[in-house]
Amino acid sequence: MSEPLLTIRNLRASVDDKEVLKGIDLSVAAGEVAAIMGPNGSGKSTLSNVLAGRDGYEVTDGEVRYDGQDLLAMEPEERAATGVFMAFQYPVEIPGVVNATFTRTALNAQRKARDESAIDAIDFLKRARATLARLEMDEDFLRRDVNAGFSGGEKKRNEIFQMAMLEPRLAILDETDSGLDIDALRIVATGVNAMRNPERALVVITHYQRLLEYVVPDSVHVLADGRIARSGDRELALELERAGYAAFQPA
Amino acid sequence: MTPLRETVETVERASGEYRYGFVTDIETERAPTGLNEEIVRFISAKKEEPEWLLEWRLKAFRMWLGLEDREPRWANVHFPKIDFQEACYYAAPKQEGDGPASLDEVDPELLRTYEKLGIPLREQEVLAGVAGAGNVAVDAVFDSVSVATTFKDKLAEMGVIFCPISEAVRDHPELVRKYLGSVVPQGDNFYAALNSAVFSDGSFVYVPKGVQCPMELSTYFRINAQGTGQFERTLIIADEGSRVSYLEGCTAPQRDENQLHAAVVELVALKDAEIKYSTVQNWYPGDAEGKGGIYNFVTKRGACRGADSKISWTQVETGSAITWKYPSVLLQGDRSIGEFYSVAISNLRQQADTGTKMIHLGRDTRSTIISKGISAGRGQQTYRGLVRVQPKAGGARNFTQCDSLLIGDTCGGHTVPYIDVRHPGAEVAHEATTSRISDAQLFYCRQRGLDPEEAVSMIVNGFCRDVLQQLPMEFAVEAQKLLGISLEGAVG
Ligand SMILES: Nc1ncnc2c1ncn2[C@@H]1O[C@H](COP(=O)(O)OP(=O)(O)OP(=O)(O)O)[C@@H](O)[C@H]1O
Ligand SMILES: [Mg+2]
Repeated sequence: MSEPLLTIRNLRASVDDKEVLKGIDLSVAAGEVAAIMGPNGSGKSTLSNVLAGRDGYEVTDGEVRYDGQDLLAMEPEERAATGVFMAFQYPVEIPGVVNATFTRTALNAQRKARDESAIDAIDFLKRARATLARLEMDEDFLRRDVNAGFSGGEKKRNEIFQMAMLEPRLAILDETDSGLDIDALRIVATGVNAMRNPERALVVITHYQRLLEYVVPDSVHVLADGRIARSGDRELALELERAGYAAFQPA
Repeated sequence: MTPLRETVETVERASGEYRYGFVTDIETERAPTGLNEEIVRFISAKKEEPEWLLEWRLKAFRMWLGLEDREPRWANVHFPKIDFQEACYYAAPKQEGDGPASLDEVDPELLRTYEKLGIPLREQEVLAGVAGAGNVAVDAVFDSVSVATTFKDKLAEMGVIFCPISEAVRDHPELVRKYLGSVVPQGDNFYAALNSAVFSDGSFVYVPKGVQCPMELSTYFRINAQGTGQFERTLIIADEGSRVSYLEGCTAPQRDENQLHAAVVELVALKDAEIKYSTVQNWYPGDAEGKGGIYNFVTKRGACRGADSKISWTQVETGSAITWKYPSVLLQGDRSIGEFYSVAISNLRQQADTGTKMIHLGRDTRSTIISKGISAGRGQQTYRGLVRVQPKAGGARNFTQCDSLLIGDTCGGHTVPYIDVRHPGAEVAHEATTSRISDAQLFYCRQRGLDPEEAVSMIVNGFCRDVLQQLPMEFAVEAQKLLGISLEGAVG
């Protein structure tokens, strides 16, 4: 079998001199959907941020290989250009910059880094409209400022819209389901499922079994106290829903 | 590659960070160094001016002497005292006989300079739709003289006068005499007095009654010669019911010394007339240690003389070591409207003290002030604005919004609003915010694929959107790029 798209080995990282990731081992193959669950503060967002390259997270040990490359050696925008996408748990507002401009600029920056030609405004608009329709989002989204004044749910859907436009190879969704109403959850799940394909890996961080009913994972991992405490299939998610994380809490 | 593109790239390579920092090698005729009555007479004689203008200059010079040591000191800017006897007050590219009658007579070296700067002087190129050359008539001022004014004939057909002010003195003395100094009097302030005494060139515009000027009028200022100041004087008159949009752009070579730019701009809008004045100021800002750069000490003021007139200032100030500038509007006519939209950047060691004055004199007058100040590096930025409502200005309304954006923690942003209301019925509203570009915003942009500079540029452009969208299209695109370039290196 070929190398998995993403391989994390013994990853340790600290924030503000506090060790949060204490030796993570995890592989995700192309075509796979991996779910990560775990109690609050266990390090799920920290793992996402470290994979995306955010400043302030100090990697103290271990390595991350992505598509045959040393992911940790790359700048955040280089990671983005090679196909790493992170849907933020708390998407950021950028007043004065409209969504269409933001997303097209991002797409073209990535394309430029990959030596691909830029997408012009008209082609972009066509694709954006089709994507919005698929995600049952109003076209108005394109003209609104990036996340400014969006409701919590709208922000999450905007992340999914950006993911669909940027077509990443590795998408990390950090609690994209939190704050969504039932209809929005179904729509977002449909959007995520539409992204599934043999070349793409999805890492879905969630607290709830509900999302996993729609987006059926190939593997489920429990992250507790900075380590992968257990891995299994979707049955594990059901078990967690029944029993909670008590078994994984540090003594 | 087109020759234009090629020259631009050569310039970019040659001049490093400040892309307009090259020097044009051209023979220059200069006045002797220093300032006295003889120099004022020398300048006036060079321009073959009528007696009344010489007298006007001499009166200004005497006022300036009276104001000696009375440079404005209230601004939040710091620089060594200027020795006004050390500067040269007149420098001109050498030429035979009179000024150029057509572009064919302009020194090719000069044309190349403007080509490098991307300024369309050749009408045929503009007409042929060369990229970047929009439908804009250009007056190009090089050091102290105007070198070319394009589209003069086409404008003349509609009765619009657009020419160097020295030419207007000769051909339209009645207009110049009537309006020169009528908005900014000779003794208005130290720098205005200096300008009135030694002003060299600048643009003159007159739009006759009822005429909508068919194209954007534009002046392009460039300081080239060493040890010179630039003292241009611009006068724009919009007669009743007319409308005009005027753009101004500026660059200067990169030099270690400081150069003084003390301009005066006067606008007059008569009944029902409208003037829109836009500036993209990119004078050399000096280096990261604060060496060199332009001192930009400018008096700009418009008078809404007639009822229902409107004057709108839009400025994008990215250059200069020091900026001292308050484009203002005197709202004399009833129901007249004054607007001030400003983006100012202070990066490196730049200092900007800029803002506006809105003086409400007529009834039901309205003013809007939108100011966006961006500080980075060791830049210092002050918004200083006055809104005054005089006792007769019943129904006056003002809205002011001042936003400061800080990048990094070695810069400063300050807001100094003065509000002086002498009529009980006036409505004056002031809002101010200060924010920082957050790490979260930067990371969000980078996660989507933008490098740090693209990210800052995008966030800053968003911050300035309300102002940038006031600019005519040709300028908006340039201004956006300029904001990005000016902030290069602002984030680590
Ligand atoms: N920027 C930061 N500064 C200080 N502490 C941080 C920072 N980021 C994370 N931490 C700490 O690291 C630990 C892990 O946080 P993280 O956000 O990764 O948890 P999480 O598993 O995503 O939790 P949740 O389910 O609530 O989203 C927490 O104790 C948190 O307080
Ligand atoms: Mg989290």
